[in-house]
Amino acid sequence: MTINTKKQEDPMSTVTPTRAPHQDVPTGHKPAEGRVGAGLFDPRQLVKSLPDAFRKLGPRVMVKSPVMFVVLIGSVVTTVLAIKTPGDWFGWVIAAWLWLTVVFANLAEAVAEGRGRAQADTLRKAKTDTVARRLVGDSEERVPGTELKVGDLVVCEADDTIPGDGDVVEGVASVDESAITGESAPVIRESGGDRSAVTGGTKVLSDRIVIKITTKPGETFIDRMINLVEGAARQKTPNEIALNILLASLTIVFLLAVVTLKPFAIYAGADKQTSMIVLTALLVCLIPTTIGALLSAIGIAGMDRLVQRNVLAMSGRAVEAAGDVSTLLLDKTGTITLGNRQAAEFVPVRGTTEPEVADAAQLSSLADETPEGRSIVVLAKEKHGLRERHQGELVGAEWIAFTAQTRMSGVDVDGRKVRKGAAGSVIAWVQEQGGTVAEDADTTANRISEAGGTPLLVAVEDDRGARILGVIHLKDVVKEGMRERFEELRRMGIKTVMITGDNPLTAKAIAEEAGVDDFLAEATPEDKMALIKREQAGGKLVAMTGDGTNDAPALAQADVGVAMNTGTSAAKEAGNMVDLDSNPTKLIEIVEIGKQLLITRGALTTFSIANDVAKYFAIIPAMFAVAYPSLDKLNIMGLASPESAILSAVIFNALIIIVLVPLALRGVQYRPMSADRMLRRNLGIYGLGGLIAPFIGIKLIDLLISLIPGIG
Amino acid sequence: MSPVLADVLLVTALIGALALVHRPLGDYMAAIYSSKKHLRVEKWIYRSVGANPDTEMRWPAYLRGVLAFSAVSVLFLYLLQRVQDKLPLSLGFKPITPDQAFNTAVSFVSNTNWQSYSGEVAMSHVTQTAGLAVQNFVSAAVGIAVAVALVRGFARSRTGDLGNFWADLVRGIVRILIPISVVAAVILIAAGAIQNFGDIHTITTLTGDKQAISPGAVASQEAIKDLGTNGGGFFNANSSHPFENPGGFTNLLEIFLLLVIPFSLPRTFGKMVGNVKQGYAIVAAMGIIWFLAVVAVTWIEYAHPGIASQIAGGSMEGKEQRFGEGPSSLFAVSTTMTSTGSVNSFHDSFQGLSGGVLLLGMMLGEIAPGGVGSGLYGMLIMAIIAVFLAGLMVGRTPEYLGKKIGTREIKLAACYILITPALVLIGTAVALALPDGKDAMTNIGAHGFSEVLYAYTSASNNNGSAFAGFGANTEFFNTTLGLCMALGRFLPMVFVLALAGSLAEQKPIPDTAGTLRTEKPLFTGLLVGAIMIVTGLTFFPALALGPLAEGLAA
Repeated sequence: MTINTKKQEDPMSTVTPTRAPHQDVPTGHKPAEGRVGAGLFDPRQLVKSLPDAFRKLGPRVMVKSPVMFVVLIGSVVTTVLAIKTPGDWFGWVIAAWLWLTVVFANLAEAVAEGRGRAQADTLRKAKTDTVARRLVGDSEERVPGTELKVGDLVVCEADDTIPGDGDVVEGVASVDESAITGESAPVIRESGGDRSAVTGGTKVLSDRIVIKITTKPGETFIDRMINLVEGAARQKTPNEIALNILLASLTIVFLLAVVTLKPFAIYAGADKQTSMIVLTALLVCLIPTTIGALLSAIGIAGMDRLVQRNVLAMSGRAVEAAGDVSTLLLDKTGTITLGNRQAAEFVPVRGTTEPEVADAAQLSSLADETPEGRSIVVLAKEKHGLRERHQGELVGAEWIAFTAQTRMSGVDVDGRKVRKGAAGSVIAWVQEQGGTVAEDADTTANRISEAGGTPLLVAVEDDRGARILGVIHLKDVVKEGMRERFEELRRMGIKTVMITGDNPLTAKAIAEEAGVDDFLAEATPEDKMALIKREQAGGKLVAMTGDGTNDAPALAQADVGVAMNTGTSAAKEAGNMVDLDSNPTKLIEIVEIGKQLLITRGALTTFSIANDVAKYFAIIPAMFAVAYPSLDKLNIMGLASPESAILSAVIFNALIIIVLVPLALRGVQYRPMSADRMLRRNLGIYGLGGLIAPFIGIKLIDLLISLIPGIG
Repeated sequence: MSPVLADVLLVTALIGALALVHRPLGDYMAAIYSSKKHLRVEKWIYRSVGANPDTEMRWPAYLRGVLAFSAVSVLFLYLLQRVQDKLPLSLGFKPITPDQAFNTAVSFVSNTNWQSYSGEVAMSHVTQTAGLAVQNFVSAAVGIAVAVALVRGFARSRTGDLGNFWADLVRGIVRILIPISVVAAVILIAAGAIQNFGDIHTITTLTGDKQAISPGAVASQEAIKDLGTNGGGFFNANSSHPFENPGGFTNLLEIFLLLVIPFSLPRTFGKMVGNVKQGYAIVAAMGIIWFLAVVAVTWIEYAHPGIASQIAGGSMEGKEQRFGEGPSSLFAVSTTMTSTGSVNSFHDSFQGLSGGVLLLGMMLGEIAPGGVGSGLYGMLIMAIIAVFLAGLMVGRTPEYLGKKIGTREIKLAACYILITPALVLIGTAVALALPDGKDAMTNIGAHGFSEVLYAYTSASNNNGSAFAGFGANTEFFNTTLGLCMALGRFLPMVFVLALAGSLAEQKPIPDTAGTLRTEKPLFTGLLVGAIMIVTGLTFFPALALGPLAEGLAA
């Protein structure tokens, strides 16, 4: 048996993958809806991550976020000042809340990392130190898996754990890859071809294979996965760096505004009201702490959302690029159409009836376990009410199973021989039996071919001799909801291109039915590559999926290349994401997650900056209403006292971080819609909301604080 | 006709005239900066200075051109003032002191025209016409050239070339500024402004006092003073002097001249990037801010509750009777928001809150509509910041006009927006902290603070108008304000040109339905919001301690 999904395009496929690579998402996620988001947030995670948050207080960790580093310095300064005048409760409280602001920011990141850690722990279990059976000449020696070198040959038999990443060079085996994919059905790995890659940590279930090690211990796929989900390998993405620069420059602007405020205040006679503690509090309130605190959590959570969908992004850069993708290359089979062709129609030749054809087709397909064969039985049942018969029911029947060589299946029963299969095979069989081929069988078959379908012939040999009964029309069935999906993508400004090995006629028919924007027929890997380069030359970002070694150059060229986990190691190496479910439809979700990540970043930045307006209205009157009583008119929130006003602003500033942690982790709600509508909606929620929310929040905190005796 | 109705008609006429002119002027400017042909006079100029106008320059070369030309200009202007007594037509004036000469040289070369001197009693005919008036043309043309270079950065792809500085400079002078100035000067003369090279007249007034009447080539300088958003008046009283601004019509004409190029350049921008709608989004943002400020200042000036002002029908202190509240307010807002700095009334005497609006107008970075050229590039930088902040919210990494706003772009834009706030805040703080600064102040309290803040805001943003009220002609102020003017003009240009180079090198990203639409009203609103919030947050404490403390006390 050969395993090659590419050959599914053949009229009669021999392919029965141990685990259909192109099934729909096993996570129960309905592709037709395609909303990203969800992922529940458990408040207990906050408590669990608290120790990590404190561990991150070191200056070397903190300096990575310039905004929070300033807050850390502010916390230290206020603490020192509070120690110098221990009787001043205000200094202590401000210092405490500034420390909390820093801790909350670290907490956000720790929680985000914590979610990946659970996955990493599972992976580590798979990585238990294995003993490898290394081949030295003809003999075997047992060495620890960690001592393997690239190029070593190792033997694995049933129940052995594969000691490292490599390619099968000899034999075939079924392998349990559940440790990585979470999918329990075993897959077949064999030497040569596109299914030769094996991953360290997975388990051989049957047979014996010889593996050539291709990766050094410590750098294996599973090691990289652990690093990725834990966030250890996380690097700042280009957009994140750019955003950090802007946040840093805003921080400098506010630093200037606050530092120069001191001489202004001395001139105004408000020296006492603008103590170092108050100015530090003002600075911390003004600098964009909300986005500064949540920025890295947003990035980690974005990667994490991919992990939850069983997609591993090798870099955050790829996730970001996914949001910018404007051309999607989608493989027809498995993505746009169901993995296999399905029987759609029974067409009788002259002199026979449709039910006759259906009966013969069903009978001859009972021994065909391919999806095509099963679809014939299903169609006979649905359209002609023919109950599915079982092989055991027919006494004395001799079953002829489908093979790639004969490309036919059938049964000999009651002196009657029934066959169905590829046109050429069936015609040859009829002629062999001394029958003649009806002319209209040929024309019907041609007609079906031209319409993009695949004809199968049904023939019988009985007392009336061998003859063709009719034709089965096999058709690619476009998945439900795909047309709507592509419509959504179009509204988002994303062009979809269907890639298929079919002839242009067939491709066109399916492309029209599915509603894709364009198609590439009879596609070779070179064609794909050329298409990607053409799109990129026009400034577009391209995403694609692939699994074969010959896909590798295109995967590397694409801005977002998603390799199927069932694919070769070359493909996995070339892509910047790996889909553990090997489900090409997921490309659409990946794009949505990328967009959601960027939107979340933008929304929280806008929110954070809009927040400052209210904080000024709290703090400026508190500082200067003594020097200039007219400035008390700016106290539009009617805050109780200068101390409570400043304190409320600082507390709000700290608490809003915690309040927004779930949003940062979950991502803002994303729906495919035009850029205009999306901007209007998000500006309304996060811009306007960011302007108004702190007025309410600060006022409420002030009301609570002013109840404490001695403050209000 | 009630004064309010008259004001409404005045503003309507002004907006109508600008609307009428922006299109032909904008298209004309786009054409001349895209043309490959040279006029004969231009060829003669290129030959005489030894410049090749046909080589394309990358951003460092373009910047070297700007800086070298400006440095030579400063040096020339400085020397001219120092030796003016030895030159003809000196009117008997002494050489200008070194610190004041430095201040004035930088001031005119940086298109600021902050004046710590009184023109009619300090500057000779030669200094005025061969020095100051020349700079009025060339400094304005430098501003437009830099803006055009940035526009080319957006318009061009896969090249680092930004055009030729010398060609852009000369074309701006020869084909835009001189022709319009000539027409405007003739109209001004017809309307009563003076134009001569005579001697000082001494007359005896009705009360028997002697008064010196200064002569000069006023109308010609007046035209370019406003057209080039320079602002340096021939007379100390600037456009409130009847020789510079004889009446209501010239007042309207001068306001029109202030605004016409800044409000037409977005059309040029739209034309050059191949989408005039993009230009309209920019001009709409400029127009909205300018109009809101006009309404606010006019309303505050009329509404002042004091007894004297109720009798006068509004706050009239420091304003000319022949203009009145509305036209004075309109002039004040237009001059502060165009980085011009010419005045027809005394901003120091405006109500506290109006003074705050005028200050804020400059603090925005002179972008609504801003100085000639500098207004457009300043606004485009703010558009980049706005795109970056909110552009993410459509789910794509930020892009503007088909160019990615990546790390390098945002770094340069961030540096740009840091400069003037830093100069304003640090300058004001130093002046208040040092005795040198405090001693020069003649007012105390919030108003005194506003005066110092206004001086540094005006200098750093290259406006040049003054709140007066303190003696600016001291070594301390001449030097610090001079530095603010130089840094506030040329540092931003460094970042603008670097940005232009970086944009021009990119390959364009095609528009899709997922692209942020920057030509729609929503984006204009976003841009206005981003400008107001970013500037407001930077200067809120300073404004609170000056104009707000003063204005809210009323």
